Amino acid sequence: MAVDVIMPQMGESVAEGTIVRWLKQVGDSVDRDEPIFEITTDKVDAEIPAPEAGVLLEIKVEAGETVEVGTPVAVIGAEGESAGGGPSAAKPDNERDDDDEGARGDAGGGDEGGDDGDQAAGARASGEAPGDKPRSEMTAAELRRTRSTPVVRKIADEHGIDIGDIDGTGLDGRVTKKDILAYIDSGAAEQAAAKKADEKGAEPARVTPPAPRSQQAAGAAEGKVSLGAPMVPVRMRDNDSWEPMSRMRKTISDRMIESKQYSAHVHTCFEVDYGKVDALRRAHKKAFADRGAKLTFTTFLARATVKALQAHPIVNASHDGENIVYRGDINLGIAVAIDNGLIVPVVHGADELSMLGLSKKIADLGERARTKKLKPDEVGGLTFSITNPGIFGSQWGTPIIPQPTVAILGVGTIEKRAKVVSLPGGGDAIVPKLCGYLTLGFDHRIIDGAVADQFMVTLKGILESFDDSAM
Amino acid sequence: MATGNTYIEAVREALLEEMKADERVFLLGEDIATYGGAFKVTAGFLDEFGAERVVDTPIAEAGIVGAAIGAALMGLRPVAEIQFLDFLSCGFDQLTNFAAKAHYRWGAAIPIVIRGPGGGGVGGGPFHSQSVEMYFVKTPGIKVVAPSTAADAKLLLKAAIRDPNPVLFIEHKALYRAPALREALPGPDAVGVIGEAAVRREGDDLAILSYGAMVHKSLEAAAALAADGIEARVVDLRTLQPLDDEAIVEAVRRCGKVLIVHEDTRTGGIAGEITARINERAFEWLDGPVTRVTAQDTPVPYNKGLEAAFFPQVEDIEAAARRLAAY
Repeated sequence: MAVDVIMPQMGESVAEGTIVRWLKQVGDSVDRDEPIFEITTDKVDAEIPAPEAGVLLEIKVEAGETVEVGTPVAVIGAEGESAGGGPSAAKPDNERDDDDEGARGDAGGGDEGGDDGDQAAGARASGEAPGDKPRSEMTAAELRRTRSTPVVRKIADEHGIDIGDIDGTGLDGRVTKKDILAYIDSGAAEQAAAKKADEKGAEPARVTPPAPRSQQAAGAAEGKVSLGAPMVPVRMRDNDSWEPMSRMRKTISDRMIESKQYSAHVHTCFEVDYGKVDALRRAHKKAFADRGAKLTFTTFLARATVKALQAHPIVNASHDGENIVYRGDINLGIAVAIDNGLIVPVVHGADELSMLGLSKKIADLGERARTKKLKPDEVGGLTFSITNPGIFGSQWGTPIIPQPTVAILGVGTIEKRAKVVSLPGGGDAIVPKLCGYLTLGFDHRIIDGAVADQFMVTLKGILESFDDSAM
Repeated sequence: MATGNTYIEAVREALLEEMKADERVFLLGEDIATYGGAFKVTAGFLDEFGAERVVDTPIAEAGIVGAAIGAALMGLRPVAEIQFLDFLSCGFDQLTNFAAKAHYRWGAAIPIVIRGPGGGGVGGGPFHSQSVEMYFVKTPGIKVVAPSTAADAKLLLKAAIRDPNPVLFIEHKALYRAPALREALPGPDAVGVIGEAAVRREGDDLAILSYGAMVHKSLEAAAALAADGIEARVVDLRTLQPLDDEAIVEAVRRCGKVLIVHEDTRTGGIAGEITARINERAFEWLDGPVTRVTAQDTPVPYNKGLEAAFFPQVEDIEAAARRLAAY
């Protein structure tokens, strides 16, 4: 019995909404009220929950499209028994367990175990899969084997595992958290997924190596800080005011603290002489303008950064807990301040662009970031980023690394400074020079200080003797 | 023989230090001055601080709590002893309807501490063994603290006295002179934090959440489980109102299985509240049903054998933990 998922009306005067991205794909099973897509409207941005549990059968409106309120955007339907019943369905069995246990919680334990053991033995002996029954008719023992527990279902869902593929060691053969983690570690999950994909003639579900254990278990086994909770209670005082955080603010809030907790942030700061860059910029500004592009310091910085990253690939990498992943492309994120927040559009394949291409791309992304017209794939996949607080007058900053990259370049203000230079004939002189600081924020887990400084020496060198032929 | 101070000495030391540090702090209660208190917590206090700061009261808990509230409103920091916390029911209206709501109703802080012995296991019978915490945990406006160690008894009592809210401070009478609890106490400048749980034992197979005397029984059970390779994390809640939600959620996330142990009766005990919070905040990390080991839903029996059957014992905790670990 399929149901339509419609574009909801978010606010009285809102007539249409844009789908930002789908959180579920066709074929994914969804729980009722589980977010399945994100929308943005004139008034709010929101995650939209599934109206029913089931399987996402069809996506009618793709990400990026805008439709009127009330338009069906997807269809959710039942697939076999998995969409039936509610969690309260197992009540009779649970109730009996509880009552039998007596006030002490375990006084009746032996009896209870034996009771359930019989049921389990019966089900095992008959060899029947209980899967075809509605959940309300299944016994507690059957439910333990097929549904296990929330954390096991969650891990299974994250890894595309069918719990039934695993031999459980828990009560009634239940698959425990340890069982499923061991199953994933053994690589069996990969094989099973690949086998199923082969049967369907589709691509393997996953082509990347299994994520290291530390990552898999990050949510499940490790104590993770709660990002939403204040460290100490915040109480309103008389003259205070408050507003709820926007989704963007909440996301920034979570991402920033996550990164600070995850990466070993270290910063190094270099001063750069922009004399050569400035001369080139003045010389070529008009030629660029004639071709519809704006030649800015950022263009030079982006180009120089690409070259420096090519010379030091570890700076254009990720740390996955066990391995260092060197990125084949250079996707340059350029942070843009927008009203009440910031966004980092990404110049994909920055290493393949000329100075002209870079300047056009950066200007285009920056403009559309400010007018909120970026497409979802233009804000993801960055491998390195540049932030430029210098435009606001900052001398230098200590930027936070966007995950899962390992470094970020902070650009300080560019200004004339009095510098002491050695004269060719001996002696010193004070001369004005156009200078600015560059800060590299790097993840010391995989980038040592010396390596970071080598990268910065390279970057400084490229900028100070910028290649004329690149223009 | 173990060195250091007992739990009751810790209570006594906290009172002494706070009375010396802040002359607004004074004590009132039944038989606390001349006699030194039914458990001798305040023996000698009369000589040191005088009858104005160590006040013997009539046997009238409504009067004790009410007088404490009045003194607090006039700027003092009263610490009222209830000889057995079972008797606090006579002061219930003063505490729940007046002290707990005064700040909400008209902005008046009531910095009082109601302290005394709770809990059983000492053959005290139905009027001298009860766990009264949940009457007050469910009353917004009162903090409820129940330390399990000597150091915590001192640190948290000091924190309670300095807290601007009404605080019910539950001392466990079976721990008062328990030799195993002797430990070196923190110095006069150390103060505890109300609302923070403590991890008494690390483990990943299941988490045992408890408070008061049951923390020690839980630790004994955990030691027995460890012999068979089951590692239990034991969390001492220390404060029941406010509960340390972060510590509870962390326990669920790490272990996936949670056993709650309390010597309060089963229905309406804190285990029910904790279970609901786990469902609300950490359901996805559960790898087994949240389980509880509690006293039975009857009055506390006087007979020694019945009393032992009424309260959770180490073997009960161990058995429940084994079943949960194997779930």
